[in-house]
Amino acid sequence: MSRSAHRSRRRCRRAPDVTLALVLAGAVMVGLTAYVLMGGADFGGGVWDLFASGPRKQQQRALIAEAIGPIWEANHVWLILVVVLLFVCFPSVFARISVALHIPLTLMLIGIVLRGSAFTFRTYDSQRDDVQRRWGLLFSWASLITPLLLGVSAGAVAAGSLPAATPTDFVEGFVAPWLQPFPFAVGTFALTLMAYLAAVYLTVEAFDGDLQDDFRRRAIASGVAVFLAAMMTLALARGGAPLVWRGLTSSRWAPLYHAMVAAAALTAFWALFTRRVRLARMAAAAQASLILWGWAAVQYPYLIPSDLTIENSAAPPATLKLVVIALIAGLVLLVPSLVYLFRVFKGVPSRRGA
Amino acid sequence: MTDLLAARSQMGMSLAFHIVFAVIGIGMPLLMLVAEWRWQRTGDRVYLELARRWAKGTAIMFAVGAVSGTVLSFELGLLWPEFMRFAGPIIGMPFSLEGFAFFTEAIFLGVYLYGWERIAPRAHLAAGVLVALSGALSGIFVVIANAWMNTPTGFDLVVGRPVNVDPIAAILNPAALTQTVHMTLAAYAATGFGVAGIHAGLLLRKPANLFHRRALVVALLVGGPAALLQPLSGDRSAKMVAAEQPAKFAAMEGHFRTGRGAPFVLGGIPDADAQTVRYAIEIPKVLSFLAHGDFDAEVTGLDRVPRDEWPNVPLVHWSFQLMVAFGMFLVLCTLLAAWAAFRRRELAAQRSLLRLLVLASPMGFLAVEAGWMVTELGRQPWVIQGVMRTAEAVTPMPGLVVPFTFFTLLYVALSAAVVWLMRRQILKSPDVEERPSLAAPLPQGA
Repeated sequence: MSRSAHRSRRRCRRAPDVTLALVLAGAVMVGLTAYVLMGGADFGGGVWDLFASGPRKQQQRALIAEAIGPIWEANHVWLILVVVLLFVCFPSVFARISVALHIPLTLMLIGIVLRGSAFTFRTYDSQRDDVQRRWGLLFSWASLITPLLLGVSAGAVAAGSLPAATPTDFVEGFVAPWLQPFPFAVGTFALTLMAYLAAVYLTVEAFDGDLQDDFRRRAIASGVAVFLAAMMTLALARGGAPLVWRGLTSSRWAPLYHAMVAAAALTAFWALFTRRVRLARMAAAAQASLILWGWAAVQYPYLIPSDLTIENSAAPPATLKLVVIALIAGLVLLVPSLVYLFRVFKGVPSRRGA
Repeated sequence: MTDLLAARSQMGMSLAFHIVFAVIGIGMPLLMLVAEWRWQRTGDRVYLELARRWAKGTAIMFAVGAVSGTVLSFELGLLWPEFMRFAGPIIGMPFSLEGFAFFTEAIFLGVYLYGWERIAPRAHLAAGVLVALSGALSGIFVVIANAWMNTPTGFDLVVGRPVNVDPIAAILNPAALTQTVHMTLAAYAATGFGVAGIHAGLLLRKPANLFHRRALVVALLVGGPAALLQPLSGDRSAKMVAAEQPAKFAAMEGHFRTGRGAPFVLGGIPDADAQTVRYAIEIPKVLSFLAHGDFDAEVTGLDRVPRDEWPNVPLVHWSFQLMVAFGMFLVLCTLLAAWAAFRRRELAAQRSLLRLLVLASPMGFLAVEAGWMVTELGRQPWVIQGVMRTAEAVTPMPGLVVPFTFFTLLYVALSAAVVWLMRRQILKSPDVEERPSLAAPLPQGA
């Protein structure tokens, strides 16, 4: 008990001590950010496959397939890395999330399975239109459901509604924590954000001007949707997620934070309107990252509000130390490999132009 | 169905499904690599075609393996939160390393599958080497974690909680080495013979097809040596189990009564209540020798284990015997193929051997499934041997029969789709007769 008293005293200080646990919680956030920026955009691509329309419907779908084909499996591993870091470094957090959010996470897994396999099956099955459309529908609907449920799960954590004690009542323990307006607002927010990222990225990868305009229009429309979803989430946070509401409205850093998000969003919009697509891609990625880290900041020092903190849920120091070493060694291998992957497949912008 | 049984069934079903794709993900890159290497060495385009065709099949298998593996990493928590709360910090290291190995595999598989026209042949081959290496490594890391559940080390138990956690000692648990060697060999044997059987079947129809002839040789070169080494590795594994998990060993062997000069029990129907195996063939003293290297050594029987700590004896015994039988059949096929090759006979002309290989095609995979039944069912009622019971680890979530049913249906549908797609890929394989233009040597990279 004296240890936890010591910890809470520590928490009162303004600047947090850089502990191993804090570094690893940061690593979880980095992994999650990478997943949203890369894996999230792959799901967003699936959403635009579903909403492909107009005279260039087929070209839109072909561009999406070509953009995500070589990289989606690597992008997907970020999620596995996040899960593994959570259960190794913060086992009680992983256990509580897995129990209370059993239902949305299971549904999300079904989405993950269907998205990945349907996409691959479509690539390698008969190129006949009806066969392609059938796999395509499964792929695109799964791409729509999965980010929504990921957002719902994240929203339920942020709302602070996961019960600490082993639940006795089914509804109270396994349904009520996530079947609320706020988690679904976050789910919608996540879905629109991933669709927005995908549309912005695809403007860079489009191989002709008309196709680029298709995705530019989609990027602008989904950017507006992101804004609306963000406002709805904020409004619902007042009643549904007190920590989020307090952090975003009355903390000392809130004005600066909102200014940064707004600057990123406006830059992305301006760049989209003026066809500076590479700048738009950077700004949109910055916007999405700021949103995620804003969530981390309002929740700090809690991993699950309002009792499991970074420090009190951390694994023993021997484990944390080794994981940090493994992370450093792993990143030394991983970063050049990822750079290579993206250079091979994303280096040349208009490869099918001729 | 109780929630515990539903959770165990869901986990078992998810593992049984995933392991097929995991094994293929370890084995296929090596096959593709051998074929691609032969192409770069000889300029024989048939080998290039082979590597590219195999790569397509591998892409399908790898995608299903990746998503079903994701399901498993979540299911560890969704079904067994108390196990993860306890074990996460102790055996998390191999899982973290597996994360990076899998990352490397996914990255370079993307490069390999989509990079044929984008990078130089040498770089492409190097990407293949990285896929094969990281695939084998990720399998090894996962099996290390499983070995820890069988022989847990690296912590002290104080009032039910782990203290003095030492993740390195957990990685170096006693079963880690034998189990990882056994599983890695199994992956190569199962994939090699799985592929060999398919091409053998096609050769029975078209014996002159050069594409299938080459494929058969490459597949046997990967599967054969692994199958030959597997009995040796299995012997080491059995001795390890006899020393560390006597209850599992006794159940595998249908050995109820502790005693010296114990017989090896072949086949039969174990009757747990009567503590005997009916209709079995007993080979005197052999079990003592297999377990401890001495015909008169004492082998612990189930009578030394409290009845509530017995695994399901008939299931474990039959699974074990089936695994050994399938493995021995693969050894026989390897020896016959090696003999034919030694006598410089064209394998494609040995029709009876080809028929045997068709029969052997699923056996490696069946042996893998049976082997995992032995490992997992043999450890019950424990999830961590001697430390935590499976019943203590399960989630409080009710109605687990619902996700179990749903995932079963999903995986049945996926299996059907995979079989359909693979059939399509295989039927499209090229018609290459003896030395047509495709087989003529071409300059590299042409």
